Amino acid sequence: MMRVLTFRLNGVERTLDIDDARALLYVLRDDLGLTGAKYGCGVGYCAACTVLLDDVPIRACVTPAAAIDGHAVTTVEGLASGGVLHPLQQAFIDHGAFQCGYCTSGMLLGAVALLRSNPHPTREQVVQALEGHLCRCGAHQRILAAIEAVAAQGAAAGDVR
Amino acid sequence: MSDDRGEGKGFDRRRFLQLAGGGVVVALVGLGARFALKRDREFDYPEDLNAYLRIGRDGRVTVFSGKIEMGQGVMTSLAQMLAEELGVSVASVDMVMGDTRECPPDAGTFGSLTTRVFGPALREAGAKARSALLGLAAKRLGAPRTALAVDDGVVSVRGAPSRRVTYADLAGGAKILRVVDRRVALRAAKDFTVIGRSVARLDGPAKVTGVAKYAGDLRLPGMLYARLLRPPMHGAMLVRIDTAAAERVPGARIVQHQGLIAALHADPQGAETAVQAIRSSWSEPATTVDSESIFDHLVAVGGEPNEIAKHGDVEAARARAPHLLKSVFHKGYVAHAPMEPHTALAEIKDGRATIWASTQTPFPTRDRVAKMLGMRRDAVRVITPFVGGGFGGKSAGQQVLEAARLAQLTRRPVMVEWTRDEEFFYDTFDPAAVVEVASAADPSGRIALWDYAVFGAGARGAAPIYASPNMRIVAASSGPEIHPFAVGPWRAPGANMNVWARESQIDRMAAALGQDPLEFRLRNVAEPRLRRALEAVGTAFGWQSGPAPSRRGQGIACSIDAGTCVATAAAVRVDAATGRVTVDRIVCAQDMGIVVNPEGAKMQIEGGLTMGLGYTLAEELHFRGGDILDRNFGTYQIPRFSWVPRIEAILLENDALAPQGGGEPAITTTGAVIANAVFDATGVRFYRLPMTPVRVMDALAKSAKT
Repeated sequence: MMRVLTFRLNGVERTLDIDDARALLYVLRDDLGLTGAKYGCGVGYCAACTVLLDDVPIRACVTPAAAIDGHAVTTVEGLASGGVLHPLQQAFIDHGAFQCGYCTSGMLLGAVALLRSNPHPTREQVVQALEGHLCRCGAHQRILAAIEAVAAQGAAAGDVR
Repeated sequence: MSDDRGEGKGFDRRRFLQLAGGGVVVALVGLGARFALKRDREFDYPEDLNAYLRIGRDGRVTVFSGKIEMGQGVMTSLAQMLAEELGVSVASVDMVMGDTRECPPDAGTFGSLTTRVFGPALREAGAKARSALLGLAAKRLGAPRTALAVDDGVVSVRGAPSRRVTYADLAGGAKILRVVDRRVALRAAKDFTVIGRSVARLDGPAKVTGVAKYAGDLRLPGMLYARLLRPPMHGAMLVRIDTAAAERVPGARIVQHQGLIAALHADPQGAETAVQAIRSSWSEPATTVDSESIFDHLVAVGGEPNEIAKHGDVEAARARAPHLLKSVFHKGYVAHAPMEPHTALAEIKDGRATIWASTQTPFPTRDRVAKMLGMRRDAVRVITPFVGGGFGGKSAGQQVLEAARLAQLTRRPVMVEWTRDEEFFYDTFDPAAVVEVASAADPSGRIALWDYAVFGAGARGAAPIYASPNMRIVAASSGPEIHPFAVGPWRAPGANMNVWARESQIDRMAAALGQDPLEFRLRNVAEPRLRRALEAVGTAFGWQSGPAPSRRGQGIACSIDAGTCVATAAAVRVDAATGRVTVDRIVCAQDMGIVVNPEGAKMQIEGGLTMGLGYTLAEELHFRGGDILDRNFGTYQIPRFSWVPRIEAILLENDALAPQGGGEPAITTTGAVIANAVFDATGVRFYRLPMTPVRVMDALAKSAKT
């Protein structure tokens, strides 16, 4: 159904007049020009398309656009602010927590959601939070290290947003 | 070293002018192409150093490489190699990769060859440029070359630092065309200031912010998305098709051309809706082989095998061996499953084709596109943005041909992005394979006989690393004709099979002799670098000597791949109730010669070992004939966070040896090291990969009965 959706996208109020059954992934990638979220499997298995709906990580490839009406959407493009990388983005660079980079946007948003809801997770909780995120290059060990480093910094410096 | 191409090609004036338009050029002609792959003369590296680098008026250095960045980190390590030789900082280097118009020709990014083979060519280009610039600086500064020092693109007179000139000034003062008629020495390892440092990856900022562009992220005005009609199985023939409903989808356009049937739409979901609306019926071929019968098939159709190694008298040794150990190993097909499916965007305009493609082989792909379209190859340009994983699977380029043909037919830019279903269906799988091996040891614990045959996988990893007086190693065909669907290179092609089989058999021999598996290997390996890697990994792991099975769950394996000596130890637990193998720890030591970027090399080791957990514990394609049954990650499981052990990568210093391969060696040991650790934990030897929970449970139950 065509209708007007109102939502916040990376902190900015937006309205879109679109078919509300359209997959959010294509709304982001084709209608809004934000290509950071990736297609990987199309059915929610791989999490390369992960974005945040308010503070909840969702799979954009299986989420209809209607779901964002009245909510806030955060994509990887919205993580850095004022030219300063989000602590998790910086930690991913510092720990070499990516190789091809295709799963990285989804990983980052999964990690942001985790640390917002649980600033000091155990190793097991980090693993559980990211278990649905696939990475074929095998950067897992470094991704875990990056997230735990940010959690440890957060303990000292106030938790990450 | 000699110029093996005779007179040499001289300087290409057109290229010179083209470059001159974009910046300042230092044009030199050196000696012949020494760094080519012998088997692929067409993609010999050029002698003209301008093919590799350009110094801009702003002092920035642009490096051109036909290699592509798919996660392996060569964007960074190549920048380091050039920076080292030219005398500039890595921060001043910009990389242009995989663009057939801009970059020197290249056969493709595979085989751990980027650092080993392109690296020396790039370093020599950098060294020649530095030499030429120093010559110019000597004139400009009125000082002998020997009195000059270079620091980050600035040449100065030693002891008089105010007498200085920048590379940008030198290269900008005049367009220089001169011949370097002498060999320029590469910098010695002891003088390295950039090579050997863990420089942060140049692709980091783009990849963590979502700015990094992959082929599917590009948009052109007027472009259409294409979805292709696919057969239900390999070998199926189209009997009837009805596109009437599809053509009624608003905005959709249906194209049929020589078996290529596609729905195109300005919106990807529109293209999907339209392709789903095409009604088609297919004749399905009779089922030939399946995931279980494939192994007998491979042995039956293998044909006359090629001899890889032979010496001594194998038949006599077999006859007299008191304890001949015979084993047969089976491994199924494995998918590449890169997170980014095959993608290409093609545009044909004014008689020129431009294609942005997710590919490991931009130059061969360009040539195939040109041939298909009937265009000259210099009218076709393939540009490779960031590639979202390849592992050998993005060598074939089918999606590029599809996009190019559809762009030609529709006269619009066309994007072809395979779905995950298509990615599984058209993968060029790691082949299923069989190894048959018989071996024997003498009472002193030396290998007396090694009789080895591989079917389906090819010979990589089958060559001897253990000494034996009586040896025969043969490899039957691994060609496409023996497999029910496409197969192709998969990260160290064939070696995962061969190293698993060989190292499992070595472990069997040690166990039969009641000897420690590490000591047995040390006694029998021929290569000193490999001995050192074994010793290093034993120490770092805390190897506890003794015969297996010790019930501790420790395993060891080693190999030589892509010039690198690698030894790996692992600790596992096996849950008899669930059959689940948990890998707690892997330690891997590599002698890979000079290491360009230590942290980058460790990422490749860790990544390879982690990826290898898949073929070892879970990954095996299910199929019936040409019907691919696994089409997504729901049934085809790849490694997840909960599978990943603590991994320690050790780089053994060896600056006397040029850089060797880094992307592939470690993964070749994963299957073997875990299988050997499972044997140590349970006393059960596995002859089939992957070791799925069901297979482990069955095997443990069977061994409990006997």
